[in-house]
Amino acid sequence: MTLASPTLPVETPAAKPRRSNVVIDFCRQQPLGAVSFVVIFAMMFAGIFSPWVAPYDPLSIDFASLLAPPSAEHWCGTDAFGRDICSRLIYGSRTALVIGFTSSFVGSTLGAILGVASAYFGGRIDNWIQRFVDILLAFPLIVLALVVVAAFRKFTVAGVDVNLIVAIAIPIIPRVARVVRSAALSVRVMPYVDAARAAGYSHSRIIFRHMAPNVVAPYLIMLTAFIAQAILAEASLSFLGLGVTEPTAAWGLMLSGNAADFYKQAPWMILFPGLAISLAVFAFNLVGDSLRDFLDPRFKV
Amino acid sequence: MSIVELGGDLREKVDARRDLAAPLLAVEDLHTQFNTSRGVVRAVEGVSFTVNPGEIVAIVGESGSGKSVTALSIMRLLPRLTGKIPKGKITFDGRSLLDLSDEEMREIRGREISMIFQEPMTSLNPLLTIGLQIKEPLQIHLGMSDEQAQARAIELLTLVGIPDPAGRLDQYPHQFSGGMRQRVMIAIGLACNPKLIIADEPTTALDVTIQAQILELMKNLSRKLNIALIVITHNLGVVARYADRVIVMYAARVAEQGPAEAVFHKPRHPYSMGLLRSVPRLDRPRGAKLETIEGLPPNLASPPPGCRFAPRCPYRIPICDQEPPLFATDTGGQSRCHRHAEIAAGAINWAAAPGVGENRVTDMAAPVLSVRNLSKNFMVAGGLRRGTTTVRAVQDVSFNIHRGETLGLVGESGCGKTTVGRLILDLEEPTAGDIEFEGQNLATASAAQIKAMRRKMQVIFQDPYSSLNPRMTVGQIIAEPLQVYKIVERRKVQPRVAELLENVGLRPEMAERYPHQLSGGQRQRVGIARALAMEPSFIVCDEAVSALDVSIQGQIINLLEDLQRKFKLAFLFIAHDLAVVRHISARVVVMYFGRVMEIADRDAIYREPLHPYTRVLLDAAPVPDPTVEKQREPRLIKGELPSHMAPPSGCVFNTRCPMASQECREIVPPLEEKRPGHFAACIKV
Repeated sequence: MTLASPTLPVETPAAKPRRSNVVIDFCRQQPLGAVSFVVIFAMMFAGIFSPWVAPYDPLSIDFASLLAPPSAEHWCGTDAFGRDICSRLIYGSRTALVIGFTSSFVGSTLGAILGVASAYFGGRIDNWIQRFVDILLAFPLIVLALVVVAAFRKFTVAGVDVNLIVAIAIPIIPRVARVVRSAALSVRVMPYVDAARAAGYSHSRIIFRHMAPNVVAPYLIMLTAFIAQAILAEASLSFLGLGVTEPTAAWGLMLSGNAADFYKQAPWMILFPGLAISLAVFAFNLVGDSLRDFLDPRFKV
Repeated sequence: MSIVELGGDLREKVDARRDLAAPLLAVEDLHTQFNTSRGVVRAVEGVSFTVNPGEIVAIVGESGSGKSVTALSIMRLLPRLTGKIPKGKITFDGRSLLDLSDEEMREIRGREISMIFQEPMTSLNPLLTIGLQIKEPLQIHLGMSDEQAQARAIELLTLVGIPDPAGRLDQYPHQFSGGMRQRVMIAIGLACNPKLIIADEPTTALDVTIQAQILELMKNLSRKLNIALIVITHNLGVVARYADRVIVMYAARVAEQGPAEAVFHKPRHPYSMGLLRSVPRLDRPRGAKLETIEGLPPNLASPPPGCRFAPRCPYRIPICDQEPPLFATDTGGQSRCHRHAEIAAGAINWAAAPGVGENRVTDMAAPVLSVRNLSKNFMVAGGLRRGTTTVRAVQDVSFNIHRGETLGLVGESGCGKTTVGRLILDLEEPTAGDIEFEGQNLATASAAQIKAMRRKMQVIFQDPYSSLNPRMTVGQIIAEPLQVYKIVERRKVQPRVAELLENVGLRPEMAERYPHQLSGGQRQRVGIARALAMEPSFIVCDEAVSALDVSIQGQIINLLEDLQRKFKLAFLFIAHDLAVVRHISARVVVMYFGRVMEIADRDAIYREPLHPYTRVLLDAAPVPDPTVEKQREPRLIKGELPSHMAPPSGCVFNTRCPMASQECREIVPPLEEKRPGHFAACIKV
């Protein structure tokens, strides 16, 4: 039943897709990404199992060892209330992950969908969406988050401040939407999108199946970059008294407050939370880059 | 005295001198390789040739054959870290280029050897004026003062035929058309009076009529100024008219080289024979089926042992497992084929492809598709000024397509042919006019009816690289329409995908691959399989073969014809290549500047074109035969496409028409039946 039978190209064995372990493949192709994953898994482990991992209660005050330097008992030292910084860091990863990851994920995903839809429909719809995005973009991230936090009352689900997550997610939406839209505009004019339209597929199918996978690269980069921003935003809001409140352990909170008064005598008070934030931000960014490369079939040899 | 006459005079002097002079450029046993992550790719292996002063040498080959890499090696412009020349010698004008320091090499580039690239749209810096870019090499290489350079720049622009050169020096590249930009590129190439110009696909990105102008210009300049020219191209027709000698490259090696007449008329290598036979030709009667070279060129990272062409060669014999040297042939050239003597003796002939008759239209009753007075206007913002301009992309286009018929739609870029295709596919909204598909009017159809119509109407795009979603496997791409429209049951999807892949000549295992793992020709086959999955009755082929190599192009055209016969498909075949359109179409529509110029049966339009534009187009199209080409007096079309912002009044062709009169500027000529079934829009015929 073959019509153009003589043209069957010869299968070269090297080109056959090799069945192998995804994890091993990832580690071999993206060693930096693998290391970052280890860091993030460590964070997640510490966050989930904090009560068992942490050597002390993060809230217990020990006046006998105020501002104690790092030692065998207190690996990262203690703060002005004698609380163990190491334990507070471990509990803090819980806050950072939940607030940082959730708000960035929600904000970036909504933003990406908005951006792709805006590029796909074009014309008047695009114009309206973009003007709305312009309005949101006019406010700095932290100001918009403040407005949202202040406008709604505190609302917690299982100890997680949903209000705070929404407040941080909303300012992320327009930023991601703008970037993803510009990437989606170039995908929009690709012949394969025309082919899908000519095939009469539904709008949602074209947006989600044909366009969205092709803007995964900017999406992943924005997502991971905003996890870092969200952790910082959470810290700033907490500092202003609108986010996580003392005495809950949160990295941003540990940097602010009375750390500012004591950092000269006890530099470990800001050193370790700072390191934790940097490490987390770094890990999320690297994971984003490596995932983007790994998931793109064109990068596969 | 015109340039042509002057050229003829000098020609003889050059010929007389050639015997005495040593070759200007001698390439001996050149090897170039790229160290990639996938191992060493030997892009050029053992290439040797010479170029005499004033000679035009053509290097012909398909993509990946090493023709451009040869040119870059001569210029020493290979990527610094990955590109290496392990072996070989390049002597230019008595100097060994590979032994020069970078500094000395820079002196030679642009001054003694200059290069013209394919893409005139991107090889000029958009932020600098044309004048600045022409004067730059003059000031750097020749140390001219600004006034001297200015005078020379004006002289150069005059030489390449740009009107009002002094005024245009202050303009930016975007103010020039594609053809004009290529002229500017040539002017920059000529600036320092080089001895050799290397032109890499100089006319591939240009329209047929502009291509003819540029080629004529390059030939005349070469003759007049005694500049040697190396033209790199995949288009055999381009070469036939101008080249003195032809070098055919295949898979990093020279397959055959010799005088142009010999290579075209008496090829001594099966690959050259195949190449010449697989292009549809305007100067020969239309064959029943295109003869093609089957298979794909080898992967240069792991080339086959022995003769590189053997896996695709129909005359392979056991000795072909050994690597053939370059044999001297009876025609005064060289061929890398063990059986060249047998070919010379006429013992081997390219077997004619199994002759399947032409696709005949059986059902003339009701057209599948009927287009009536279709028009499309685009609103274009007028730059910084307020308000918008209306661009009339398509005006008053009407035609019918019957079941199993192919309608060819030809025209140059910007003539609206692609827009017509998009309007039919409902990818754009028409401004006026009706499209009726299987008796159903697109404008009045309900959403459900449109959805049903879309199944029956499919499209194959030009660029096989961007028409497949890179994130989906071949199997997913073909299965998607089957699932969305529930054309087959869920468990029958995979077998159906395999069947469709076989229909288009691919292996079922290909379903697991991603598009980037396939070659251009294979991707185009996947695009065809995707269209077939819908079980359509009508397919728009928008330049479906123009991005493919010659030998692959023939395969795809044959596939389309086979499928048409088998599934009774109607095609709208949109293309700019007149020979391809003639081969595949039953009726042909010629468009220019948004309007239909002529509609007729294929044979009528190619044998006796009525409209002056059609005649100009046919005249400009190159034919791969040096004898025919050199006899033809080119009736060069003057000027360029008018601007869509300021369309000409009356007949849109009047600005370039050799027959135009005052009347033509006033009346828009209607499309009239001049002969039975032969329509033309011209008041003069």
